[in-house]
Amino acid sequence: MDYALQQLLNALAFGAEYSLVALGLAVVFSIMGLVNFAHGEIIGVSAYSVFLAAALGLTSPFVAVLLAVGMAALAAVVFERIAFRPVRYAPTTTGLLTAFGVSIVVQNLFMLLISPKPQSVSVLNGLNQMWFFGPFAVSSLQVMELIVSGLTILALVLFLSRSTLGLAIRAASRDFATVRLMGIKANRVIATAFAISGALAGIAAVFILARRGSVSPDLGFGLVLKAFVACVIGGFGSLPGAAVGGMLLGFIEVGLLVALPQEYAGFRDALTYAIIVALLVYRPEGLLGQRIELGDKEI
Amino acid sequence: MLKVEKLVVRYGAVMAVRELSLEVGQGELVALLGPNGAGKSSTINALTGLVTPASGRIVLDGKDISHVRTEDRIRAGLTSTPEGRHIFSNLSVGENLRLGAAIRRDPAGVRQDIERFLSLFPVLSERYGQAAGTLSGGEQQMLAIARSLMSRPKLLLLDEPSLGLAPKIVARIFDFIGELKAQGLTLLVVEQNAKQALRFADRVYVVSSGTLRYDGPPARLADEHGLFNLYIGG
Repeated sequence: MDYALQQLLNALAFGAEYSLVALGLAVVFSIMGLVNFAHGEIIGVSAYSVFLAAALGLTSPFVAVLLAVGMAALAAVVFERIAFRPVRYAPTTTGLLTAFGVSIVVQNLFMLLISPKPQSVSVLNGLNQMWFFGPFAVSSLQVMELIVSGLTILALVLFLSRSTLGLAIRAASRDFATVRLMGIKANRVIATAFAISGALAGIAAVFILARRGSVSPDLGFGLVLKAFVACVIGGFGSLPGAAVGGMLLGFIEVGLLVALPQEYAGFRDALTYAIIVALLVYRPEGLLGQRIELGDKEI
Repeated sequence: MLKVEKLVVRYGAVMAVRELSLEVGQGELVALLGPNGAGKSSTINALTGLVTPASGRIVLDGKDISHVRTEDRIRAGLTSTPEGRHIFSNLSVGENLRLGAAIRRDPAGVRQDIERFLSLFPVLSERYGQAAGTLSGGEQQMLAIARSLMSRPKLLLLDEPSLGLAPKIVARIFDFIGELKAQGLTLLVVEQNAKQALRFADRVYVVSSGTLRYDGPPARLADEHGLFNLYIGG
């Protein structure tokens, strides 16, 4: 029972983390058609900000969390302003290559300016403890990850359904030109989408730092690939799809970890992707994506 | 209110609008007629700034807005209901109306306007919380016009409000356009459906192949039978 509960919590926590990062990718993709592979470096900027602040003596976890989320949002907005805005109306492949470019440049900046080696960050270690509920021992980090992700998604849903900018972001995912006809500034809609995307990455960065206790230049890259997969599972561009896809990916990974005998553990990733391929054969548009017929005008 | 001088719109080598000049006076309803591909929608898109003209001047209320961004033109009091309606199909009817009022800072007035349109178009009231994509074509057109009016524009550009709609519904929509004119709104209506557009028009422009072919009162257009048939078709 204890073991099952532990694994369930594992799956939920992993899923929540994937969901947060996938939602960040999806918010930007839905309105700009840009797959932002530099999203991982936003997580990197966030984590290195906490590291540098700690090196300067700011060791309060509260400050670290604020800094992680704030710097991630700022980094996302700055990336958009410097790198993505000039290629906004260029073909999608240009945006994709730009994103890879930003990713490489920023990773190299981490290496050159700080260090290629992992650096220890201990300010958030306090989040990672064992909590005991009667006979059950659970990781405080995982519980918090789950609760915070849930609240974040709730806040995002409220923002997208209540505020004018939120409505504009949803509308822009279908028809950007008409959003401008409402007098809403395109730059503002896009900057807001990037800021949201960054803040989500920053929240994920807090949990990654608390779990790993260290930061390295390639910190976010692998996670963004996973988040990309989560988006594909859910249906690219669909926000509920990203959240559901992230959760599902977490469950598939942890499920395989539990189900596979020790000697086959190396096949875990291969099997994960095989399941995803099978899923996409069955539903090519993803779980919650919209089927677009050739010749359809509206995307 | 609106003055367009020698507007030229190009798409690569194709010239969609050739030195088109037109004027819309305060409180007027001006119809811009012409066959498919005449450059009517390109003209409207140049007026809203969604398309950048190759040359020409657009003056709104005495101010040159040729180089002003779309968003700021809307804030200056011009708006358009685009061809094909372009309602936000994934948003509810109510959310569409709220976005129409995005530039306004008077929530009480916005609520009042929403109430007014809902009583004017009861079907929008019935479907208030539903995705706008589920509305019929005519209902979507009413929503699209209402959404444009939510910004309280001085000048409304209507691009093919009759497109793809049944004659009965087209007549109703033009009744409403006539009411808007009676309330003092200035309108520029682009149409292929000449009969309806001429019902309330003060003046008419006819374009074909991007060039102005006629400029004058509707009555004379109907008299000059050749012109009418040539460019608009009986």
